Amino acid sequence: MAEATQASGEKKARPIVPFLRLGDRPHLVGKKCDQCGAVYLGNRVACSKCSSTGPFSEIPLSTKGSLWVYSIVHQSAPGIPTPYVAAIVDLPEGVSVRCNIIDVEPDPAKIPFGMPVEMITRKVREDKDGNDIVAFFFRPASKN
Amino acid sequence: MRSVYVLGVGMIKFGRYPDKDVPELAAQAALLALKDAGMAVKDIQLLASGNLLQANAMVGQRLLQQIGQTGIPVINVANACATGSTAFREAYFAVGSGEYEVAMAVGSEQMGKAGLLGGGGASREGSVEGILGSGLMPAVFGQAGVEHMRKHGTKMEHFAKISVKNHKHSTKNPLSQYQNEMDLDAVMKARMIAYPNTLYMCCPTGDGAAAAIVVSEAVMKKYGKKPVKVGCSVLTSDPWSERDLTLPDVSTLTRTAAKQAYERAGVGPEDLDLVELHDCFATAELLHYENLGLCKEGEAGRGVDEGWFAHGGKSPVNVSGGLLSKGHPLGATGVANIYEVVTHLRGEAGARQVEGAKVGLAHVIGLGSACTIHILTA
Repeated sequence: MAEATQASGEKKARPIVPFLRLGDRPHLVGKKCDQCGAVYLGNRVACSKCSSTGPFSEIPLSTKGSLWVYSIVHQSAPGIPTPYVAAIVDLPEGVSVRCNIIDVEPDPAKIPFGMPVEMITRKVREDKDGNDIVAFFFRPASKN
Repeated sequence: MRSVYVLGVGMIKFGRYPDKDVPELAAQAALLALKDAGMAVKDIQLLASGNLLQANAMVGQRLLQQIGQTGIPVINVANACATGSTAFREAYFAVGSGEYEVAMAVGSEQMGKAGLLGGGGASREGSVEGILGSGLMPAVFGQAGVEHMRKHGTKMEHFAKISVKNHKHSTKNPLSQYQNEMDLDAVMKARMIAYPNTLYMCCPTGDGAAAAIVVSEAVMKKYGKKPVKVGCSVLTSDPWSERDLTLPDVSTLTRTAAKQAYERAGVGPEDLDLVELHDCFATAELLHYENLGLCKEGEAGRGVDEGWFAHGGKSPVNVSGGLLSKGHPLGATGVANIYEVVTHLRGEAGARQVEGAKVGLAHVIGLGSACTIHILTA
């Protein structure tokens, strides 16, 4: 099937990580332990909080959250543009997300703790078949 | 467990040794420890070798090929930055269990100019570092420092002052990779790596090795050296906490270990004459003042301002120069901490001696995560 797609030249957007869902309303999904309620990004063989072997439910995560902490990265691995704001964002479902904060000045005075943020998606590169690889970012939440 | 003592320690100057290989560095440290103990390699009954970057390369056996292949059991240990201290713990258990009378731990590493460690990892769709935040150590420990700023109003200057302190300490340690005094202005204005840590608030990469020989009480008495007892050996891994998987929770990890360590050794933080703790970044050191109970929650910034943790202060921390200036060759670090504490407890630390030191603590964090604490008593 993949070969057929290639031959027809039809390109497809692919999420950079499995817990990102694209489509009309892009969002992250978590796995929730039905026993204790802990939520993860990605799968577990058994719950890392309560050790229950499940079941786990897949739940959609809010696209709005709040900034917990950040660092402003000025030196990184080769090929990564700097400076950028690396952050931990808390979502209301009790899960935190490692992400970049965009559309902010890389200046501690301009990045308030607890700032409301919202998720957006952007193409970051193409895979070898020319499909878009799409990642998620957080930015200061719009007022409305 | 029976009592275990440190009979011999050795350490080569941390730095860069491009003309040597890892087994040679490790062998030099091992020979120094054997000389210190008054032993020969034939006296060693078990070897625990800590090395991270060559974890699959049988460094322990290759070390013995350099100094004497006696056929003893060798354990090769890898546990991130806690590699050396975990190797020491293996040697400690070998003797403490009663199975062996004499065991040696050697920690070694050759990093060269390895660059930044860690990383955000990769998914099936390629690297996510710098796209989905950062898993590189400077950003991780930058965020951990910012978390303390958020909770307690700590300032960047507080972290910078820790770098100033440790660089000053290192001027009196001939085995330190760097021995340069650094003023606050120089630290604050240095190139920013990952806020709030500037270049001098990040430990360097480097090469190095350290070794320690642990023995039973009977052997200790026979060799007649000033006894240094291993009061406890604690190892923890990261317990569940909500943010641990995105921001490694080095604080809970260390607090759990500290509680166990103080209980097992029968001492409290107020009894410690010196502490060697894991200052991979200046931000990390500040967190660990509170994590180890050296000051109260939220008081670390004030303690820094008032010099509590400087040589001569009420709770001297990293009088060796710490990872920030002494260096942090990963697998060597945990054994080098033991070297430092033992040297003070024997009263052999020269210009940097903490006078009358009787109790010392060595703390190491490996991200991923592992925490070791050893409390040693004279």
